Amino acid sequence: MRPLTEEETRVMFEKIAKYIGENLQLLVDRPDGTYCFRLHNDRVYYVSEMILKLAANISGDKLVSLGTCFGKFTKTHKFRLHVTALDYLAPYAKYKVWIKPGAEQSFLYGNHVLKSGLGRITENTSQYQGVVVYSMADIPLGFGVAAKSTQDCRKVDPMAIVVFHQADIGEYVRHEETLT
Amino acid sequence: MGRKLDPTKKEKRGPGRKARKQKGAETELVRFLPAAGDETFKRLSSRARKRAARRRAGTVEVPKPNTAPGTKTLPGELSKAAVQARGKKRPAPTPSSDGDEEEDSEEDGVANQGDLWGSGDSDADMVDDYGADSASEDEEEKLLPIERAALKQKAREAAAGGQWSEEETDEEEDDDVPPESCPPKDDKAEGDLQINVDDEETFVLPASGEMEQDAQAPDLQRVHKRIQDIVGVLRNFGAQREEGRSRSEYLNRLQKDLATYYSYGDFLLGKLMEIFPLSELIEFLEANEVPRPVTLRTNTLKTRRRDLAQALINRGVNLDPLGKWSKSGLVVYDSSVPIGATPEYLAGHYMLQGASSMLPVMALAPQEHERILDMCCAPGGKTSYIAQLMKNTGVILANDANAERLKSVVGNLHRLGVTNTIISHYDGRQFPKVVGGFDRVLLDAPCSGTGVISKDPAVKTNKDEKDVLRCAHLQKELLLSAIDSVNAASKTGGYLVYCTCSITVEENEWVVDYALKKRNVRLVPTGLDFGQEGFTRFRERRFHPTLRSTRRFYPHTHNMDGFFIAKFKKFSNSIPQPHTGNAAAAIPMEPELKDQVTPMSENSGQPAKGAGGTAKAKRQLGRQQHSRKPFQKTNGISKGPGSESTAPSIPKAQESARPQKNCQPDGKAGVIRKPKMARKLKQRGPKSKPSKEAALPKQRAPPKGVDSETPAMPSPSEICTAPGIKDCGQSLGKTKKIEKAKQQLPEQSAKRAASLKEDGTPKGLSVPTGSPHSSTRPPPAKRRKSVTKGSSQPLLS
Repeated sequence: MRPLTEEETRVMFEKIAKYIGENLQLLVDRPDGTYCFRLHNDRVYYVSEMILKLAANISGDKLVSLGTCFGKFTKTHKFRLHVTALDYLAPYAKYKVWIKPGAEQSFLYGNHVLKSGLGRITENTSQYQGVVVYSMADIPLGFGVAAKSTQDCRKVDPMAIVVFHQADIGEYVRHEETLT
Repeated sequence: MGRKLDPTKKEKRGPGRKARKQKGAETELVRFLPAAGDETFKRLSSRARKRAARRRAGTVEVPKPNTAPGTKTLPGELSKAAVQARGKKRPAPTPSSDGDEEEDSEEDGVANQGDLWGSGDSDADMVDDYGADSASEDEEEKLLPIERAALKQKAREAAAGGQWSEEETDEEEDDDVPPESCPPKDDKAEGDLQINVDDEETFVLPASGEMEQDAQAPDLQRVHKRIQDIVGVLRNFGAQREEGRSRSEYLNRLQKDLATYYSYGDFLLGKLMEIFPLSELIEFLEANEVPRPVTLRTNTLKTRRRDLAQALINRGVNLDPLGKWSKSGLVVYDSSVPIGATPEYLAGHYMLQGASSMLPVMALAPQEHERILDMCCAPGGKTSYIAQLMKNTGVILANDANAERLKSVVGNLHRLGVTNTIISHYDGRQFPKVVGGFDRVLLDAPCSGTGVISKDPAVKTNKDEKDVLRCAHLQKELLLSAIDSVNAASKTGGYLVYCTCSITVEENEWVVDYALKKRNVRLVPTGLDFGQEGFTRFRERRFHPTLRSTRRFYPHTHNMDGFFIAKFKKFSNSIPQPHTGNAAAAIPMEPELKDQVTPMSENSGQPAKGAGGTAKAKRQLGRQQHSRKPFQKTNGISKGPGSESTAPSIPKAQESARPQKNCQPDGKAGVIRKPKMARKLKQRGPKSKPSKEAALPKQRAPPKGVDSETPAMPSPSEICTAPGIKDCGQSLGKTKKIEKAKQQLPEQSAKRAASLKEDGTPKGLSVPTGSPHSSTRPPPAKRRKSVTKGSSQPLLS
């Protein structure tokens, strides 16, 4: 376990900022304690310092996870956000998409969101903007990338993709092994 | 006119009441039951008649006792026609192949019987030959007319053709009864028949020879019936027993029958019979065939129970709150959607968890900002419950030895939004070496799984003695490690919950009792107000009376998986010596001092008394080294030097207070407890001892100086005597110094100081680095072993 290097921190923050923008600062400076990011086995974990102290006693090969895993660095040093970060993205998301109840299941299976399943979308969402996907009951379902800007979404036909799927909570049962 | 017109016997016909009136079985069945030879004559052709005559003449031999078991006799005795009427395939004596088309035509549904009994022997007799002679012999009670008729037919059959193939008849009569069981079952069949008919007849225990026959093709109906019969007999054994049969024979038979009926292995069923009384046993076995209701626990970190219930009801789930004892539990009766895949589940609003798995966490009662260890956490249900009770504050260390199952822990904890957890992959026995000093520890030990048979029926057969003992051994090791990982001096905690999903005494009460003897823990009430109390004695074993505060849960009484929960409170961080047999006195030690006595005690084979004295000494001195020195003195050297001990710097009041404390326990060779030290020392063997001793003295090194002079504490008796008191005072003084020094010194420097001190110890009294215990023992062997620091060993010789 080690802290992130400058480069890694930059890459990761860029990725996260796509979804929550400048609210990223709130993740780091929290009123209830100091939280930090640590790298372990190519995965980035977001932990509070109190937990960090205890985790320091555990040897590296026996440590499986700590705090919350945000994602992992791939072999080519790109950062990939996992669905486990959703709990921290959802409250601070700048651009949100709500999908209809009928399209929930499809999204939870890993499919993209079509125009026919789109319920609401935040105004002035630009194209390829990172968005967080919600159900109509305001339950965060995952996140993705807007395929069309808000204006275009109104014009496009019902079978067109409006949100590219990146991660959804269905992965907790579909891809349990990849979580660690 | 040829018509036998009898107005009294004329049948009423028509829609009126008289036509519908029944005249009684006798009159009704007369139509079916062959009167003596009536039907026979009517139906026999000439050839058949000749054959019948031949048979009757030649039948001197006893017909094969063909008494089918009771279930068969009755139907078998009816004639073909009767059988037909009942729709049974029962072949009455098959019509001969060469004739009796009438008979053939009558038995429409039994064409195959002709094949079975195609031999020429089958003949006009309608009824089977069932060993009617036996029936007549046992006839003591009144029989219904139908039975009388049946018996008569039997007799006729026996006379007619003894060489019926009873096997075939048996098979057709009754699916599973093996043919060879028929002969010996004569008496039994009669007995059973009579049971069916007349309950006054006592149940006859089948001979042991019949068990093998049963093994080949057990008839579950009969086995079940026999189980009920035996239970009934045993309930009122004096009145209903059969003469000449002992109770153990009945119990053996019952055990085998239960094992057959419920598909258990013999070992496990024997264990269950030891634990449960008979009435409960049947209920328990029945409950294990049925799954427990599905329950889930609301994740209060993300939602509330009533919101979740509402959301799930909207999805089509039929649920209810779990009970008054649970604030976040829900029980699911049925559901139109898969309960493990709803969006609420995926969003982490609830966790599927058994009701009994919520109990240990409720017993543990974790508080916010505590440090908790969950030693066997997979799949993470209890860990997440702990986290939600702590509201994501504090730290939880979730550990499991199985890497595969750890993945599900990671998944579940992330899904449920738990952020204060570290997940590790250690063998639980490596705690507290990895990290210790937890406020609370939860140990859900791996077990044989005899409480969750409904979830995993393989447990019925694949567990045996070795498995249970192996589990018990592992559980004991884990429990001791868990106890050592708890910090008894914790301000808010010091508790440990041990639980298993098994109901055997070897894995539950025995393990708990073992821990009570081995460590400074005591059992406290779990806080669960329902559940059965644990056993305080079981067969030949006797457990500590506080085991009444543990709780057992059963599937048949509480409708949750079998479970066992025990809650410990650790009251001292020191580890008692193994050879001080009695239970530790519950004298709390100073929190800052903690000493490891284990290695010393192990090395020294001191008598208990000596050990006790040593313990006292240790307690007073708070330092192994200190106690060692006095011991040495007493052994080989006069007590003179003892008086040289540094004048106690402690106030006299303390000294006076201390001696009382010291002398009190003298009488009992209680567990030696060393004063707790702030840091946990872990020693296991003599090798560690010297280092530990070095460590210990190091803290007290500075003040000690010539502490070794204290001759006090060598033995309880000495302590209690006047000089002892003086010594106690001296030792007290030293203790005080030690404590002060301890607080001041860091460990490392203390170590160095200790070693220095040891080397510097001038007098001929060498300070053996061995344990204080060893000093009281015949010194040479012990001290040699323990000395590593280069201190001289004057006493060794």
